Amino acid sequence: MVRVDGQGNGASLVRVRGLDKKYQRGSEEIDVLQGLNLDVDTGDFVAFMGPSGSGKTTLLNLLGGLDLPTRGTISVAGDEITHLSGSKLTQWRARHVGFIFQMYNLIPVLTAFQNVELPLLLTKLSKAERRNHVEVALQVVGLFDRMHHYPRQLSGGQEQRVAIARAIVADPTFLLCDEPTGDLDRKSADEILDLISRLVQEHHKTVLMVTHDPAAAARAHMILHLEKGVLREAQRAGGGAEVRR
Amino acid sequence: MKYFHLLVASLFRRKIRTLLTTLSFAVALFLFGLLVVVHGAFNQGLDVAGADRLVVINKVSIIQPLPVSYEERLLHLPGVKAVTHQNWFGGVYQDERNFFPQMANDDETFRSVFGEFQIPDDQWQAYMTDREGAIVGPDLLKRYHWKVGDRVPLKGTIFPGAWEFNIRGVYHGARQQDDNTQFWFHYKYLEERENTYWKGLVGWYTVKVYRPDDSVRISKQIDAMFANSPWETKTETEKSFAADWVKQAGNISFLMMSIGGVVFFTLLLVTGNTMAIAVRERMRELAVLKAVGFTDGFVLVLVLAESLLVAALGGGIGLLLAKAFTLNGDPTRGLLPFFFLPVPAMVVGLGLALFVGIAAGILPAISAMRLNVVSVKRKV
Repeated sequence: MVRVDGQGNGASLVRVRGLDKKYQRGSEEIDVLQGLNLDVDTGDFVAFMGPSGSGKTTLLNLLGGLDLPTRGTISVAGDEITHLSGSKLTQWRARHVGFIFQMYNLIPVLTAFQNVELPLLLTKLSKAERRNHVEVALQVVGLFDRMHHYPRQLSGGQEQRVAIARAIVADPTFLLCDEPTGDLDRKSADEILDLISRLVQEHHKTVLMVTHDPAAAARAHMILHLEKGVLREAQRAGGGAEVRR
Repeated sequence: MKYFHLLVASLFRRKIRTLLTTLSFAVALFLFGLLVVVHGAFNQGLDVAGADRLVVINKVSIIQPLPVSYEERLLHLPGVKAVTHQNWFGGVYQDERNFFPQMANDDETFRSVFGEFQIPDDQWQAYMTDREGAIVGPDLLKRYHWKVGDRVPLKGTIFPGAWEFNIRGVYHGARQQDDNTQFWFHYKYLEERENTYWKGLVGWYTVKVYRPDDSVRISKQIDAMFANSPWETKTETEKSFAADWVKQAGNISFLMMSIGGVVFFTLLLVTGNTMAIAVRERMRELAVLKAVGFTDGFVLVLVLAESLLVAALGGGIGLLLAKAFTLNGDPTRGLLPFFFLPVPAMVVGLGLALFVGIAAGILPAISAMRLNVVSVKRKV
């Protein structure tokens, strides 16, 4: 169940309390997020929508441990991440977060297999074990037969699928998607959304997605609207979770 | 090793650029190798100089002779173990460009002073029984395709006329740096033919002492002994003598250091710029690595390792090429008899290349390490 009222129980997978984020632009201080509360359970698929500059990506960065809040706390699976040092946060990210970016962000000089293998290089898995994991991830995204292709040899949709395989290969606690279909045509976007939905339904992944695309947001269990740094409204989408404000 | 493919893939992102940077290192280290060889060739006398040997020359100049009678007096000085004398012959073989040192040696004492040169006994005996006999270095033998038994004509310059010698033996220097291009013959043969001005005169003496610590004292004693005589002497250690000889060609070391310094500084700038561009153009990928969970330290090491790999690869190629270039020995027909690249110099060269690799890569590596994922994401 997704809640934005700060009244969620302690069992939430993601628990955000009183989250503030300010940026300094010259002498001006900009409030990007203000007193944000959020509870997300395992298996939830949440879409964040809102106009540009509303703080969606900032929220995603904070949830993914890429940035630190000005005030407030974020706990994931019981671990509070807001007080972790830079290196601890990096290690935490490697274990718990799978990122899917708008621009895919594959390493162009590595094959699809090598791109997907990247997060596993940080683990103690043997070469054979890594191979198994990568092959499974590529099978899940339907690109097993393209594992030796370089990104330039793949279409945009295929690149994004490789990026998804990279995000799920280490079996992270949750997936953070930043406009995952923003650079794709409708057909490819639908395929990617089908894949993400399948990850939620069949593999019980928890997905938090930032999007401008109403069609993409409609795939989520819940749509949360961010406006001027505040979660102003929430609506139930196609999934089964419910929201309480 | 599991990260090695990341390193290689990064380097092959811009093949031409990597190739050119590697070539820069290769050319610089090839040049370094040649500078070391030339520097070594000029200074080799310093390396081969025996710590227990003194050189006694005429105080006026080395081209002025000394009486042969000094030998007995030198030998009787306390602390002196052996004395030998030599004359510079300065002959021409076929063509004036065919330069090699020819010396008339005092056969009876030579080997007791210059023990590093080894000659088979049977060849030595054959040499001793032939008035026109000669002993040559193996490099000389190879250069002119001579063999033992050949008759070699030389045209005298200091000692005019046509001279002919029979090669009776080949000496071998015990150390790699020993000069293997010399041509020795009997002082007695020279003295017999040149019985006018040069009768009873020698070019210089080499004195072997029991204890190197006594060198300064004995040098002073020798010069004092012959002071105010018609043939005053100047005595110094063999190393000092060799150093004076090198100085006559100018400050070779400074010249070499200057050229080498400029080359390496330029290399540093070129490589530093290349690495900076390489990092700048893949900020996004480095940010992705960090987002995925690679630490700042890993990114630092990755960029540094790229720089080091190029340096090691290019430097290694350059040094191997320099080594290959010197394998056939002196390309100047005798002006640089010690023409080889020693392994320790190659190790130093590789060390320098790696140092440049680190120096060139460190700033880009630090900027990669400090890269903020959020900032990079925002710019994309």
